[in-house]
Amino acid sequence: MAVAISIEDKKQTILEKEEVLCFHCGETCPDINNIADEKHFCCDGCKAVYLMLSENGLCSYYEIDDSKGISPKLAKSDEKFAYLDEVATVRSLLSFENETEAHVTFSLPQMHCSSCVWLLEHLYKLNPGIVRSQTDFIRKNVSVVYEKEKTSLRRVVELLATLGYEPAFNYEDLGAKKATNPNRQRIYRLTVAGFCFGNIMMLSFPEYLSNGDVDPSMLRMFSYASLLLSLPVLIYSGGEFFVSGWQGVKARFINIDLPLSLSLAITFVRSLYEILSGTGMGYLDSMSGIIFFMLVGRFFQAKTHINLQFDRDFRSFFPISVNKKSDGVEKSIPLANLSIKDRIIIRSQELIPADAVLISGDARIDYSFVTGESKPEHIGIGKVVYAGGRQTSGMLELEVVREVEQSHLTQLWNKENKKKYVSKMDNFVDRLGRQFGAFLILLSIGSFIFWYPTDPARGMHALTTILIVACPCALLLSATFTHASIISILGKNGAFIRKADVLEKTGLSKHIVWDKTGTITTKLEQDIEFNGASLDLDSSMLIARLASQSNHPLSKAITSYFQSKGISAEGGEVKNFEEIPGDGTSAQINGCDIKIGSAAFVNAEYVSTKETRVYISINNTQKGYFSFGAGFRPQLKEVLNDLSKGGYHFSILSGDKSADRETLKEQFDNSTPMYFGQSPSEKLDYITSLQEKGEEVIMVGDGLNDAGALLKSDVGIAISDDVNNFTPACDIIIEGKSFGNFHKLVRLIKASKKIVIASFILSLMYNVVGLGYAVRGELSPVLAAILMPMSTISIILFTTGVSRVWAMSLGLVIRRN
Amino acid sequence: MSAFYILIGISIPIAAGFLIAFLVSAKNGQFDDDYTPSIRMLMDDPKPQDVNPDIKDNTTTK
Repeated sequence: MAVAISIEDKKQTILEKEEVLCFHCGETCPDINNIADEKHFCCDGCKAVYLMLSENGLCSYYEIDDSKGISPKLAKSDEKFAYLDEVATVRSLLSFENETEAHVTFSLPQMHCSSCVWLLEHLYKLNPGIVRSQTDFIRKNVSVVYEKEKTSLRRVVELLATLGYEPAFNYEDLGAKKATNPNRQRIYRLTVAGFCFGNIMMLSFPEYLSNGDVDPSMLRMFSYASLLLSLPVLIYSGGEFFVSGWQGVKARFINIDLPLSLSLAITFVRSLYEILSGTGMGYLDSMSGIIFFMLVGRFFQAKTHINLQFDRDFRSFFPISVNKKSDGVEKSIPLANLSIKDRIIIRSQELIPADAVLISGDARIDYSFVTGESKPEHIGIGKVVYAGGRQTSGMLELEVVREVEQSHLTQLWNKENKKKYVSKMDNFVDRLGRQFGAFLILLSIGSFIFWYPTDPARGMHALTTILIVACPCALLLSATFTHASIISILGKNGAFIRKADVLEKTGLSKHIVWDKTGTITTKLEQDIEFNGASLDLDSSMLIARLASQSNHPLSKAITSYFQSKGISAEGGEVKNFEEIPGDGTSAQINGCDIKIGSAAFVNAEYVSTKETRVYISINNTQKGYFSFGAGFRPQLKEVLNDLSKGGYHFSILSGDKSADRETLKEQFDNSTPMYFGQSPSEKLDYITSLQEKGEEVIMVGDGLNDAGALLKSDVGIAISDDVNNFTPACDIIIEGKSFGNFHKLVRLIKASKKIVIASFILSLMYNVVGLGYAVRGELSPVLAAILMPMSTISIILFTTGVSRVWAMSLGLVIRRN
Repeated sequence: MSAFYILIGISIPIAAGFLIAFLVSAKNGQFDDDYTPSIRMLMDDPKPQDVNPDIKDNTTTK
C-alpha cells in the first residue's frame, strides 16, 4: 500500500478520466469509489437518500426532471429536532389537530424542480404515518397530514431533513398563526370588478353606437342597471383606494390613491346625478374600468412579491428552541420563553441566542456573524458570551444575563430603524404622483372656475373629464409594471429585491461601501495552499483523516482541501486523539504520530507572518504548512472598473486586521478609503457620517457583522453564498455566484427609473391630447373611456418590453435556464 | 325591442351565477396555487411491477 504518488499526480489521474458526477445531486464526485447499485455518489448522504428512495420504489424521482436531488447535510446531531417533541412547540406549529390526525405546513426553501414536488408528494411511501402531503411550488411549502398514533412531528421533520429538505422554521411561526391567504381577497375584488365592468360596458354600447335612435326608456333602464352594477365595484372593489387615500389625507400626504379616489368619487356622483335626473348615462363604464385595471396592476404586483417576502427580523437567524437546564434535567423550550438567569446548554455549531455568562465548558465562539472574524475566540469561565456567536468546540453551559430582545445585536439592529422606514415611504413614485395629483386637482378646479360663470354645464364637464382622462393610474402603473418586470429579471439573475422602492433608492446613490470578509472575498475553503515538500498519498490521507476529526474551521478547510483533491479521509484507526485549544490537534493513526497546528505545537520554526498558517508534522518530521488567505472574488476587478466608469466611488470597511491592505490596493483605486478592525457599530457610524454629508450610500456586506450598517445605509446589499441563509438586515440579496454580474444588475436597477420616466412621458402624451380637449370641456366621454384603457395597455406592453430589451443588452438572462 | 328587457333579465343572472361559482371555487382554495398542479398532472404513479429497487432503462440494472 506504500504507493508514493504526490497529490499533484493523483489529481492528474483523476482529471484525465472523465469527471464522475453524483447520481443523486449531480455534483462532481471527489471519491470515485463511492458506489451503490453501480451508480456513483459524491457523499454518503446522497447515497443514503438514493438507497432509501430505491428501497421504496421511488426511483422515478430521478427521471422526472433533469434537475438533481439535494445533497443532505451530513452529521446532524440526533437531538437537533428534540424540541419538536415539546407539546407547546408542536401545538404552535400545527395548523389543525384532532384526536387522530394533525395538519402542518412547512416552508422548504430548497424546493427547486418538479422532482421535488413528486418526491414530497410521495412522502407517504417513506413514512406510513403520513396520510397526505401536498406541495405549493410557488410559495415553496408542503402541507403534511399525519396520523398521530403512527408518527410524530419530529419524525416527519427528520424525514424531510434526511431527504435534504430541512424545513425553515421562523421564530414568528411560534405563536402567531398565519391568517388566511390574503391573495384570495384580491381575487374576489378583481373578479367582482371584472364582472361588473364587462356588463356595464355591454349596457353602455347602445348609447355609444346608436346616434340617439334607441328607445329612451330602454336607455334609462340600461343606465339604472349600470348603476346597480357599479355599486359593488365602487364599494367593494374600489374600497381599498378610498381607504388608502383617506389614510394619506390623515397623514397630510397626497398619495397616489387620493386623486384616484377623488376622480372616482366625482365620476360616480356626476353619473349618479345624470342618471337620476335623466340627462345622460354617466361614466360608470370608465369608473369601473379604472378600478378593474388598477386592481389587475396590483394583483400582478402582489404575485411577484410572494417569492420575495424577506423577513427583516434577525431573530430568524437563531434556533427557535433552546435547551434549558433545570434541576439537572435538560429540556428544550421555545426561545420566547427564555428568561434571565435560565441555564442553557449550547452544543457545537449552535448559535448563542442571548447574551450569557459561561458557567462551564470550553467556549470557542465564532463571532463571524458579528465581527467578521472567523477565528474562534476563546472565552474564560465567568466571562460573557454574546448573542449571534456560534460555539465551535464542545458543549457549554450558560446562564442568560440579558433577554433575547435586549441583546446588543438587537440594540444595534433597532438603532435608527424607525427613521429609515419614514424616509423610504417618500419614494420616487409617490413624489411624482403627488405632484401630478396636485396638478390635476388644480387644473380641474381651475377649468371649472373658468367655465362656470359663462357655461356651468361645460365647467362641470371639464371638472370630471380632466380627472377621468388624465387619471394618475397611468403613472402608477408605469412604476408598478416596470418594477415588477425588473424584479423578475433580477430574480432570474440571482438578485432578490426586498421591496420595489429599493430600486429607486439604488438609482439615487453614488457611493458604494464594501465590506471585505465574505463580500469581496470568498470563503476560507477556496483560498488554501500547501507549502512544503510534496506530500505522498499516505501522508495526505493521514492528515486528512486527522483533520476530519476536528470541528475547527481551519481543520474543516483542510479536510475539504483534501476532498477536492480526491483524497479520502476515511480508513485508519485514530488513537490518542487530542485537541489542544489554541494549539492544534494530534493523534496516532496507523502507527504514525501526526500533529497539525501552530508552529510551536509541531516544533517548527516560528516565522512572523500576517497570514494564518497551520503546520504539519508526521513522526516528528516537518512536512510544511498550509496557508490561508482571503481570496478575492474572481470578477471583482471587472465589476469595480465598470462601476467606477459609471461614476461610483467606493469605501472599504473590514472587521479584520489590516493584513490585506496591499492586496486590496491591487483591486481598488489608491484613493479609496479603507478602514480595518471595524466593529459593527463603527461601520454603522461610518455610514451615518457619509449620510450626514448628504450622500446616498449603498452598503454591500455579507451578514450580521454589518447588519447595522446594511440597515442604516440607503440600500443594503448582501452577497450571500447560500441564499437560504439570508441576511436579515438587507434590501437586496445577490447570490455569491452572480457577483460577476453585480455592475450589470446595478445598471439595470438604475435603468428602471429611466424606464418609469419614459413610460410616464408616453402615458402623458396619450393624456395630453385628451386633456387639451377636456380643459375646453369638449371631450366626449366615449373618447375618454377609450383613451384611458388604451394608454394603460400600451404602458404595460412598453414597460415589460423595454426592461427585457435593456436587460438583454446588458447581457443578463431574461428567462430561466 | 322589448325582447331586450327579457334577454338582459336572463343574461345578467346567468352571468352572476358564473360569478358566484367562481367566487366559491376561489374561496375553496382552487386559485391559491396556480403552478404546482401543472407539474403534478404530468406525474405518473409507478406501475405495480415497477415497485422494485432498480430503475429501468437509463442505467444498467444489477
